[in-house]
Amino acid sequence: MNRPVPGCLIDAATLADEAETVGKPMVKAEQVWKSFGKLDVLRGVDFIVQPQQTFVLLGPSGGGKSTLLRCINHLEKIDAGRLYVAGELMGYKERGNALHEMKARDVARQRASIGMVFQRFNLFPHKTAIENVMEAPVMVQRVPRKQAEQEAIDLLGCVGLSAKLDTYPAQLSGGQQQRVAIARALAMKPKLMLFDEPTSALDPELVGEVLDVMKQLARDGMTMVVVTHEMGFAKEVADGVALMDGGVIVEQGPPREILVNPKEERTKLFLSKVLA
Amino acid sequence: MPAAAPRPDAIKAIPVRHWGRWIGAAVVVYLLAALLYSFVRSPNVDWPTVWEYLFQPITLIGLARTIELTIVCMVVGAAGGVMLAVMRLSDNPVLSWIALGYIWFFRGTPVYVQIILWANIGVLWTKFYVGLPFTGLVVASADSGTLVNNLFVVAVLALGLNEAAYAAELVRAGIISVDAGQMEAASSLGMSPTLMMRRIVLPQAMRVIIPTMGNETISMLKTTSLLAVIGGGVEMFGRLQQVYAQTFQIIPLLVVACIWYLIVTSILTLIQARLEAYFGKGFGEKEAEAAEKRTARRTSKAAAATLKAETVQEGESR
Repeated sequence: MNRPVPGCLIDAATLADEAETVGKPMVKAEQVWKSFGKLDVLRGVDFIVQPQQTFVLLGPSGGGKSTLLRCINHLEKIDAGRLYVAGELMGYKERGNALHEMKARDVARQRASIGMVFQRFNLFPHKTAIENVMEAPVMVQRVPRKQAEQEAIDLLGCVGLSAKLDTYPAQLSGGQQQRVAIARALAMKPKLMLFDEPTSALDPELVGEVLDVMKQLARDGMTMVVVTHEMGFAKEVADGVALMDGGVIVEQGPPREILVNPKEERTKLFLSKVLA
Repeated sequence: MPAAAPRPDAIKAIPVRHWGRWIGAAVVVYLLAALLYSFVRSPNVDWPTVWEYLFQPITLIGLARTIELTIVCMVVGAAGGVMLAVMRLSDNPVLSWIALGYIWFFRGTPVYVQIILWANIGVLWTKFYVGLPFTGLVVASADSGTLVNNLFVVAVLALGLNEAAYAAELVRAGIISVDAGQMEAASSLGMSPTLMMRRIVLPQAMRVIIPTMGNETISMLKTTSLLAVIGGGVEMFGRLQQVYAQTFQIIPLLVVACIWYLIVTSILTLIQARLEAYFGKGFGEKEAEAAEKRTARRTSKAAAATLKAETVQEGESR
């Protein structure tokens, strides 16, 4: 697959919006706690992602990375702390001293501006590639069908799938499906993209084509939070890296520090195993 | 890439002969032929009467009513079923329990008993009121007789409400068969729960629901024959029964009924296969071909649009 063309994945208006918010954090987590029954999965997580930055979450399985990602777009409700996206509290409204749960409709509105890419792709199997990409713009944002179709054609072209517009997901390879999934999320013109182990379910030789798209997206200036085991990706495009274990962030900082000169023993141990 | 060796000749082996199978099949066919012969040639079947009644108005009108009832009852049943299934899966415990109670009652009692119960509902409740219960406020009221005298209404109530209970379980099974990741993907795209149900979950659930609903429809067609017990000629079998009760042409008229039921169920089976193919979109085997066709259609449409735009431009420049 040819590498995506710079600037092709994000439209100028979205980028301009993001540039305006530089200085205000895109994601801000303050002492976020989450438990499933008696199991505390997140135990006081703090971090900040600035606009146009790529933030990579590393760490062993069960460390809480995916849960944290799912809390950002409120697929999971947090039990304590505060989580803000673009300055807006996720899933709750603060009135006086009380937090009010948001209506499903308002949560949906918040989520519409946050794209998410899943480990298992989760494409809609009863819709073709282009229908997958058009679905949410047409049904949620009420974009005229003609315009949504053109945008979908352009986006799928950007990720190298011009020849697969009318193909159902079942006829696509894993790498192709994941690229459709990225295009589907981008079609909503999100201000933030979340990636939940996007290459973990792929054959090794298909990982590169998905990473290429993600790297280009990062370079184009999309704000991204990425859970991954791809160290190369973290080294190449991450602005910030955090190591999560046991429901807390063990260490965070720029990739040069964390990946090359970690201070914490836990980070050193993890890196020695991953990079071995 | 190293060149592959040329394809060798396929193996030509003499297949194993299954003599036992041939003998077994011959015996079964022989016995079946004997059974069929004794049926076709039996003087008790009285084929002239069969042919006569097959196209009599009394049969054909009955058949039309049977089909009409089947459709109406299935629509009532399917609509009720979707509603009950959504109630059952609802977070609201009251709704969930009400649906469970409904299904418990209508699946737990025989449909034959339910038919007779609905026919006699006027004895249980002599009047129906529209108003606010416990307050004495009544907007309108009617004698049960007006309802129960219309046997079509009784039939639809009995079979439709019964079907809803079964359909609810089928729809629920279809909904929970949809991968949880689909819901996550839909919500992450900002879809509201209703939109997600309508555009993502139900269309996929349909793939599971349609074959079973087809079976339910075929079953409903045959179940209408139970309505013979309330009389009134609301469906075909009851009408034929009324005839043979007087003429004693029992076997010929039963054969007439069987022939028509078989014809209609065969047609329904064909329709079901079509519907399955439609809702199986994205899961079929010939998808690659179909994708090429769709692409060809899209490109020709786009080409036509450009051509049109160019012609308009030419016209303007002139």
